[in-house]
Amino acid sequence: MSKVATTGFLSKGITIPKQYFAPLLITGILLAAHISFGILDSYQKLLTAITFAVLTELVLHRVVTGKFRNLSSAYVSGISAGILVRSPLFWPFALCAAISIASKYVLRYKGRHLFNPTNFGVVAIIFIASDSAAVLSIQWGNNMWAMFVIWAVGLISLWKINRLNITLTYIASFIVFAWVRAQFTGDPFLAEVAPLTGPMYQLFALFMMTDPKTTVKSRMGQNAVAFSIALLEMILRLNEAVYAPFYALFIIGPIALIIEDQIHQRKLANKPKDEIAAASAS
Amino acid sequence: MNKQRVIQIFVILFFVSLLLAPAAMKQFKSWQAEEVPDNADEIIDRYGFYLEEVSNEIGVDFTHVRPELDSKIEHINPQIASVGASVSVSDVNNDGYPDFYLTNSEYGTQNALYINQGDGTFEDRAGEMGVADLNIDGSGVSMGSVWGDLNNDGFEDLFVYKWGRPELFLNDSGSQFTRITDSAGLPQWMNANTAVWMDYDNDGLLDLFLGGYYHEDVDFWNLETTRIMPDSYEYATNGGRNFLMKNNGDGTFTDVTEETGLLDTRRWSLAASAADLNGSGYIDLVVANDYGVDELYLNQNGETFINASESTGIGFIPKSGMSVSFGDVMNRGQLSIYITNISEAGVLMQGNNLWVPSRQASADELEFQNLAGNLGVEIGQWGYSGKLLDLNNDGNLDLYVANGFVSDEPNTDYWYDYTKVVGGNRNVIIDANNWPAMNGRTFSGYQTNKIWMNDGAGRFREVSSAVGGALNLDSRAIAAIDIDLDGAQDMIIANQNGPVKIYKNRVREDHNWISFDLEGTASNRSAIGATIRLVWDEDGRQVIKEVSGGDAFSSQSQRAVHFGLKQTERIDRVEISWPSGNLQTIENPEINKIHTIAEPQDV
Repeated sequence: MSKVATTGFLSKGITIPKQYFAPLLITGILLAAHISFGILDSYQKLLTAITFAVLTELVLHRVVTGKFRNLSSAYVSGISAGILVRSPLFWPFALCAAISIASKYVLRYKGRHLFNPTNFGVVAIIFIASDSAAVLSIQWGNNMWAMFVIWAVGLISLWKINRLNITLTYIASFIVFAWVRAQFTGDPFLAEVAPLTGPMYQLFALFMMTDPKTTVKSRMGQNAVAFSIALLEMILRLNEAVYAPFYALFIIGPIALIIEDQIHQRKLANKPKDEIAAASAS
Repeated sequence: MNKQRVIQIFVILFFVSLLLAPAAMKQFKSWQAEEVPDNADEIIDRYGFYLEEVSNEIGVDFTHVRPELDSKIEHINPQIASVGASVSVSDVNNDGYPDFYLTNSEYGTQNALYINQGDGTFEDRAGEMGVADLNIDGSGVSMGSVWGDLNNDGFEDLFVYKWGRPELFLNDSGSQFTRITDSAGLPQWMNANTAVWMDYDNDGLLDLFLGGYYHEDVDFWNLETTRIMPDSYEYATNGGRNFLMKNNGDGTFTDVTEETGLLDTRRWSLAASAADLNGSGYIDLVVANDYGVDELYLNQNGETFINASESTGIGFIPKSGMSVSFGDVMNRGQLSIYITNISEAGVLMQGNNLWVPSRQASADELEFQNLAGNLGVEIGQWGYSGKLLDLNNDGNLDLYVANGFVSDEPNTDYWYDYTKVVGGNRNVIIDANNWPAMNGRTFSGYQTNKIWMNDGAGRFREVSSAVGGALNLDSRAIAAIDIDLDGAQDMIIANQNGPVKIYKNRVREDHNWISFDLEGTASNRSAIGATIRLVWDEDGRQVIKEVSGGDAFSSQSQRAVHFGLKQTERIDRVEISWPSGNLQTIENPEINKIHTIAEPQDV
């Protein structure tokens, strides 16, 4: 089983299986934020989202492959839906979680799912149930110290799993584009950069963008994708899209994966057959 | 077809059905919707009532004007200056007919006191009676008012809360008012959006609770800083101070906020109301806070209050509390609490709260559950006043909810810019300079008020488009009033930066009713805080209402307590709990009548 070391003192003796790292991290952040601010509308709604994510994964994976699978990624999707969806009703939480998971089994390209599941679920909810649900954007505490802690823990964790460059590229691009937007809109630069200091972006930049399953492999490619997302987000923001980052990832993410595959195929086609065979054997 | 193909199709169908589920639910609801009759008689036959707008017909022509504030915040003036339209009802001259007071909010504008002529028309006499000219440069502008007989002389006195210096007037036998602001000992300046008369210590004198919204250091016409906005959208800690002013009995008040335990938070209070929620005999206080959790303070024997927000279940989820209204929604002798919040499709879905006490709720173990979703009164829009009242006299409380924030240029929207800044860190959101300019854009404007009709079986349905009350101004305050004493709850709706609207209510003639107009003797003369319980022995049914010193948002309804009875022809008894502790019972009262009841001296 592949394992990944946690930070600091933990790395000396304790290791955590890779598939449990993200669930533990997001659970820790959720608990810290909820204890600090009570960010959750209710535990019941969070549990609804987790339950439906896990159930959907369990059933669909069994139906499609005939096997049971580890449910940690479903748990992460469920917990993300539980945090991101905002509604006084219960069903949007269940629906978002179920759509997120189901999208993995339907929207596939060459055996790989194209969309970040939670991102897809959230965007779907915005489009199909906007009169019953919204997405976390302005609702959460904004205490400076809590924000620093969440960013620090998140960034260190990304560094450990080699995804830090994605978030840093995105943040740098966002700030530059915030300045550009300020020139267009005439609004204060701080107003344009403000969303980055809020909770929606903490989840977006730390978790959603960096999901290993739906990010390209090369570091250069990852940086290019992060920059592109920020660029498209700027365009969407200039058109007053409240959920611009989700839309941008929704559009850029799959395109990036397809382009990566095309490049990969082209490389393979250009290589002599014996090299391919050797590469395959190795 | 091979098995793999079948599985693929199944998974795709499952996925598509998930995506179509919300549309299917909407379609199902639209199939259930009834066709609305097109004449008033049929509407009354079906819904039990019909609202007809009669403002001009009865002589009421009043338009609220919002204030122009310091030029430093001119770019967001419409959203800051978004409150101030209010209404409060009282029988000012004791002629038996309800009168009402309206506030205006721009320097130089006049408030209005409409006196009921007894023939169904009104006349504004605020000027001649000395309560019109309150919006004077340097003194702040009016935000609302509440009536209460503070000196127990039998005439209702007037308190006007402002963004500025609050004003207090004694009613001189119903013909004139005497301003006693300077000697009353009230706060010199505060940005208040709510005030409630309540006798918290049951000494027979009305005390006054005042809720602060913006910090009291803020003078909106001479800003020293632009760091005046909330420091968080959900956990703001820099709101205005609240005050509990104890009535000394000589026209003066003493600030007892700290010693009574009401000074422990700095939330942004927008609305408050008081009622005895746990049957302790002392009046409790509920405060709806913007940018934070709501608060419930339980009265401890008239000495202090304890913050029971969390222990009772209402103080956990921060929303944008805008209004507090009490009512026995379940008709089981317990008061529920309705609090409006904000629901804007696709952006912010807080949902309104209907806090219903658990059946076992006792004085020591009061607990509430939010049943707004279960009962169907959750999704409003940008809510202000939410008032529980029986519009069709069927014995079940209905709900009128005022909606709409800033209606400006049509087909424009400020929401995107709003979300940009309020999602940010406290150092960004707190400074008005960081807020994008509104530039004439609409912000949750042109929203229609909701009228939810209670079917008595645990569901409310929205009927505003059917019963004649659909109004899409930026409504703020709602007052129930029986203009012509015919036993129907008419309504006054005060609209921000717009005309006041008055609705005459036509109710099914076979729906009975009963009203009680109380006058305290040992208790405060306004009888604020008294509860009235109707009891039917045969089936154990009972229903209660309280005499209110102000509720909803910037509103005060007619003092007389009104009950719809539907076809019920007999009430076994009426139990009145006076604030003094006196308990009075009236057997088999006559129905379809307003009962004027003075508190007995020795009960």
